[in-house]
Amino acid sequence: MNVLRKTLDNIKKPFGKGQKLEKFAPAINAFDTFLFVPNHTTKKGAHIRDAVDLKRTMVTVIIALLPALIYGIYNTGYQYYVQMGTSYTFIDAFIHGSWKIIPMIIVSYVVGLSIEFGFAVFRGHEVNEGYLVTGLLIPMIMPVDIPLWMVGLSTAFAVLIAKEAFGGTGMNILNPALTARAFAFFAYPTYMSGNKVWVSEAGNVDAISGETILGSLAAGGDVNYSMIEMFQGAIPGSIAETSTLWIAVGALILILTGVGSWRIITGGILGAAVMGLLFNLWGANALMSFSWINHLVVGGFAFGIVFMATDPVSAAQTNKGKWVYGILVGIFCIMIRVFNPAYPEGVMLAILLMNVFAPTIDHYVIQGNINKRKKRWASTLKTA
Amino acid sequence: MEIIKGIQTQRGANLNIKGKADKILDSTITSSTYALNPDDFFGTVPKLLVKEGQSIKKGDPIFYSKNNPRIKIVSPIAGNLKLIQRGPKRKIEQILIETSENQESFIHDVKEWKELDREGIKTLLLNSGNWPFIHQRPYGIVAIPEETPKAIFVSTLNTAPLQVDFEFILEKNKENFQTGINALNKLVDQPVFLGVDKSSSNNFFEKIDNVQHYSISGPHPSGNLSLHIQKISPLNMGDRIWTVNCEDVANIGSFLSSGEFNPKRTLAIAGNAVKSPRYYKSMIGAELGPILNEAGITESPVRVINGDVLSGSLSSISGHVGYFNNLITVIPEGNIYRMFGWLPFKDNKILSLSNTSLSRLFNKKGHEVNTNLNGEERALVITGEMEKLFPFDVFPMQLIKACLIDDIEKMEALGIYEVVPEDFGLIDYSNTSKLEAQETIRQGIELMINEVG
Repeated sequence: MNVLRKTLDNIKKPFGKGQKLEKFAPAINAFDTFLFVPNHTTKKGAHIRDAVDLKRTMVTVIIALLPALIYGIYNTGYQYYVQMGTSYTFIDAFIHGSWKIIPMIIVSYVVGLSIEFGFAVFRGHEVNEGYLVTGLLIPMIMPVDIPLWMVGLSTAFAVLIAKEAFGGTGMNILNPALTARAFAFFAYPTYMSGNKVWVSEAGNVDAISGETILGSLAAGGDVNYSMIEMFQGAIPGSIAETSTLWIAVGALILILTGVGSWRIITGGILGAAVMGLLFNLWGANALMSFSWINHLVVGGFAFGIVFMATDPVSAAQTNKGKWVYGILVGIFCIMIRVFNPAYPEGVMLAILLMNVFAPTIDHYVIQGNINKRKKRWASTLKTA
Repeated sequence: MEIIKGIQTQRGANLNIKGKADKILDSTITSSTYALNPDDFFGTVPKLLVKEGQSIKKGDPIFYSKNNPRIKIVSPIAGNLKLIQRGPKRKIEQILIETSENQESFIHDVKEWKELDREGIKTLLLNSGNWPFIHQRPYGIVAIPEETPKAIFVSTLNTAPLQVDFEFILEKNKENFQTGINALNKLVDQPVFLGVDKSSSNNFFEKIDNVQHYSISGPHPSGNLSLHIQKISPLNMGDRIWTVNCEDVANIGSFLSSGEFNPKRTLAIAGNAVKSPRYYKSMIGAELGPILNEAGITESPVRVINGDVLSGSLSSISGHVGYFNNLITVIPEGNIYRMFGWLPFKDNKILSLSNTSLSRLFNKKGHEVNTNLNGEERALVITGEMEKLFPFDVFPMQLIKACLIDDIEKMEALGIYEVVPEDFGLIDYSNTSKLEAQETIRQGIELMINEVG
């Protein structure tokens, strides 16, 4: 460890204060602090600090994402071999999935991190860790057959427009990963919906139904999957959204470590369940009479509410606000699914919509506290 | 004793740090120099009344406040003024007094103090240098003598990490404490509010007369006066509330019975770099070196803190006892690297309130802490973590943001009058982005003092 530390210190010399490469210090620091938590000591304020930092928090989110990602990789291969009708092993499915998905992850990280490093050097601040999560989320919510250049372009759009244009980490209004997906969805709709994109290489095979459940319901079709299949996730869909089971494991990790807000997740499930139940009672079309429990396990709802709606920057920030925000995400998600056949999945738009309204929700919560204080002031002025 | 209110809170945390002072009181250790640090008096611009080389008596005024010349800070010792140490812009950083053999004191006439009216007692406290013991909310500055507060609060419980036990400190000083309370009662229209620890029974503070008792329970910061004031007599715009530290009440009492300024400080030397953490009799401004020598320092380099690990001010082994703190914390510096230290559940020996660490399951006997930042400063990303540790009816993150952008109206609306920087100590400690909350709030309060007053 000491040898490594000394080597690093030597490499870092030209990046020091007043040296030639000082401007690029954030880039080299990002690598250094990845290896070592720095030896910085407290200068102001509390003399001791908690072991938690943003790196640890973001890595926890990545760990929570892994079960869904690994299952997504397997499911990509599984869907492919099932449609081909050829025999396959567990390992084959994994290899096929990895061969499809790992390049997407690499593209997303390379494009996104290049922009992040560029902005860090340009603005002279350290590289924030938030992109480690965003960069993994982007491929996880894309259809498997999307061309790599589209992944790269959506990523660039999301990082530049949704994040850096607003001032970088902590300042963005919309969730960057969802913005990437929304960009691809509206810019290249044929690659983002229909029945040819959800199963690997379905476009090359005739007469295969690779539709998502919500897609076929919206088109007036039937559901050919059992509740258990939907819950396990052996269904077509965006890469990591299909398995409610493994997403639930991720949700548990987020909630137990306190990294994800249980208020948003619970609120979202409540909102969606109640809305689904109300539509069940109404029952005017196939999507309305689709059982409320099934609404919770199909499509991107579970993934969205656990990993996207809980993004602390774009969600509501107050505790009361988180409840309202979560419930509304759930309600709007089901509402968009049911009322708008052009968008069989509603969770992306529901979360983006609520991202925009989150500051308004917080405003009213905080205004409540301010009004209480002002009322107290006014009452003493009267008695005085 | 009648408890007028029980204050209870769940939000907060007690940090379990190794090295709490044993309840053993060692005798006074002599000090050859004494120092006054004007920075101990937040919001006070010092104007000197003495020159270098001048000989002074104990109780002689050393400097006064530029904003209010009636507020004087007096010498804790008789001797020669050795050095006035100045920093950038000729700011006075330290006034150093060398003790002389003949200890003369400035004696005030206090025989008739019980007969004095409110103005009379104010003048007596102001002239004798006892006034700076009285602080004012909002802002936590030295009280303005021309005003009358709506209440005076004294808390006998300090919940910050490794903090002292005032019952132990004042055990033998009950009469002076009662006298101090009686004097404070003259300054206000209702009896002093005295906060007592709910969990300790037969606490002598419960037998103090002429006060309104309230009880406190819950994790830190339940002992902070901001919380008590908010629950019992919330501050409205223009309101004033005064607060006095526990031992200072006794010091005021002692002055009123002897006529001599009493700079007594019973210090706890604590922290995980101290060999035998215990209490020492000392005085305001005394040298720390001899006391730390006696207590034994086990590590090097160390950080010496005047106060607790969350909100104390930086000192050093060659430093001096601060004006208001009863606690000196000594912990090792933490300038070390940790390989892959950002992995969740790694380095569980580091004290953490986060669930990304198992530290709370280990080291039940107390954690070894150091001054490592355990990460780097980042943008504010995580929400909700501050509220868990903040029992006040204030939105902490929003108030910090209002302070960062100097938005006075917003700071006022969000409750800047109701807090002092110490209330944000746990937020400083625990927040993921390594934000300097106390510093931000302090700057916000300074802005309020300058702009609103």
